[in-house]
Amino acid sequence: MSALVPLLVGIPLIGAAINLIFGRRKKTQIVVSVASLTAVLVLGAILLVAVDTSGPIAVAIAAWQIPLGIVLYVDVLAALLVVVTSIVLLAVLLFSIGQGAADNDEDTPVSIFYPAYLILGAGIFNAFIAGDLFNLYVGFEILLVASYVLITLGGTESRIRTGVVYIVVSLVSSILFLAAIAMVYGALGTVNMVQISERMAQLPQDTQTILHLMLLLAFAIKAAVFPLSFWLPDSYPTAPAPVTAVFAGLLTKVGVYAIIRTETQLFVDNDINFLLLMVALATMIVGVLGAVAQAELKRILSFTLVSHIGYMIFGLAINTPLAVGATIYYIVHHIIVQTTLFLAVGLIERRAGSTSILKVKGLMRAAPLLAVLYFIPAINLGGLPPFSGFIGKYALFDAAAQVGTPVMIVLIVGGIVTSILTLYALMRAWNLSFWREDDDSAETTERIAYLGNAPAATISTERRTIPRIMTVATAGMVIVTLSLTVFAGPLLDACLRAGERIYGGVTLVQLQDAEDPR
Amino acid sequence: MNISLVLVIVMAVLFACGVYAMLERSLTRVLIGFLLLGNAANLLLLIVMGRPALAPFYDGETDAADMSDALPQALTLTAIVITFAISAFLLALIYRSWQLGQADTVIDDADDVALRTRTAEEVEDAMDEESRSDDDDVTTDFVGDAANPIRVLHQGDLSQLVDDAPVDRVAVRRRGSNESATRDSAERDGDAATDAPRDPQDGDRS
Repeated sequence: MSALVPLLVGIPLIGAAINLIFGRRKKTQIVVSVASLTAVLVLGAILLVAVDTSGPIAVAIAAWQIPLGIVLYVDVLAALLVVVTSIVLLAVLLFSIGQGAADNDEDTPVSIFYPAYLILGAGIFNAFIAGDLFNLYVGFEILLVASYVLITLGGTESRIRTGVVYIVVSLVSSILFLAAIAMVYGALGTVNMVQISERMAQLPQDTQTILHLMLLLAFAIKAAVFPLSFWLPDSYPTAPAPVTAVFAGLLTKVGVYAIIRTETQLFVDNDINFLLLMVALATMIVGVLGAVAQAELKRILSFTLVSHIGYMIFGLAINTPLAVGATIYYIVHHIIVQTTLFLAVGLIERRAGSTSILKVKGLMRAAPLLAVLYFIPAINLGGLPPFSGFIGKYALFDAAAQVGTPVMIVLIVGGIVTSILTLYALMRAWNLSFWREDDDSAETTERIAYLGNAPAATISTERRTIPRIMTVATAGMVIVTLSLTVFAGPLLDACLRAGERIYGGVTLVQLQDAEDPR
Repeated sequence: MNISLVLVIVMAVLFACGVYAMLERSLTRVLIGFLLLGNAANLLLLIVMGRPALAPFYDGETDAADMSDALPQALTLTAIVITFAISAFLLALIYRSWQLGQADTVIDDADDVALRTRTAEEVEDAMDEESRSDDDDVTTDFVGDAANPIRVLHQGDLSQLVDDAPVDRVAVRRRGSNESATRDSAERDGDAATDAPRDPQDGDRS
């Protein structure tokens, strides 16, 4: 089984290499990309079943003995995220294939999109299965460099302008991360996560806090936690629809994943949960207030993305096994639903020739299927029962209520308010773009005039036909979001088990036991 | 652990200079800042290695205590390679930015500017509702930016950036009607060099 683990990173990298060789043959590229991601999906599913039944798997690269060398570590959390990531990457790949075929690659220069996309995948998978901090850093860098290429795809003026913000911010966080790794190594003499957690207790509390905050700062920039989230709504909306969808769904979650590892494994004794709770509250409220003020769909979604990162930080800050499990479920739910919504907005943009809710109207009559594809994930994200958003939030609030301190009650109230405001922002968009008739009255125009000053309120793009494959990809993702509800029982159980297992970390002996005898 | 004070001071200075340079608007200075920061972080990795000693080659005789710690060196090498790749990408980005806008500065996000403008207007509304007219927009310096980022880029916010400066080979050759010509040539150049598509959103921000 352990032979399969390095393939999670190897297959997409090899696929990217083949794609680069066949830079001018688009069909080959598509086949190779789909095949590599499908292979990773299958591998991830096999590993998920394996680690769920018989415990985590650790692999030391190049026959070093654990804990020397590069250690890859797959537990339920890592395997689950690998599976979800590969599902999302596949769906968005299909979406972009449809878009590329229909637009004759105006938005996606053929030779570089697919390789960069696969390398992005390799970086994400590498970050998920990294067993040491430095390998996590390398995973981050792989996915960041690929994302730099994707966000400036085509090198147009607006993308360069917004891409620069994203790139500079990411560079700062990478340098912080690298410096933090150096400090950790200086203090503890290791970068292996398990050894770090075992030796951390010997350090004085204030040294622990410094290391803790440095690592958290680096990850919080990547996860877009308020007040380090300013870059996200600026940079995401200009990228091509599939790129934005993948970034929104996955990249911030890699940061959240790193925060999970930091909190549950590295700094078990060092308690900054109150700070995290406050940050979580601010992230939720500020993010969603930003969403309410927007008139452009992609910006609305970017702001709700920021606010929902707050739920995940909240879950971690509760600091019980139950809460960690609920956070994992919430991450899975949010990756899938946020990506689906961005894909749906990509379809709206093509159908209506704009993403401003002031300009788009009458879509309910014109495109009923599209209405369904937007509506289901929207109320799901807003947290209406019986969808997974409700289940995830309920699990989080339940875990918080079991702690029951006054600050938890405040956070629960904040979470509920955020949920309602998210629903408000998304349903206002729904009312205006889908239910408003083409010939809306002057009264309606008057009533929504206050949105006219919002950024990009007058944006318009070319109307284009929607190829069937794009609809199929989006519909597939909607079905996946529904299956999160249908299979909520087993999935939530698996997440709670994962939370139980990773809470409090892994010992070195456990790590060595997890290595398959060769 | 004995470490060299000189190295620590050099690292601190590099960090300070790097942060200072990264705060600049010019992308080239951001790149320089990034390089300084990257080197500072690498130096930090080397410092945590401890006192330098014998090269860590295993020959069966040398005592492990006399060898340098090899791991930070491996980490530094990896980090150097990553910094190198990102620098190359940044250089390409700067060149592209220059090609498009004759400037390598980080521009204010148009939507942020719009938001700032809106706040100014609303404050004005509250103070004097009746005197409001469209001309009020003119009072805000950033309106031009929001309305037409491309034109502002060409004229440049920087006073020292004059039109006849030797900006770019292609641009100088067709200096006559500078705005449309430079845009044209930049596009032509772009089309030839990369298969760069026009962004459909480009025009929308105006």
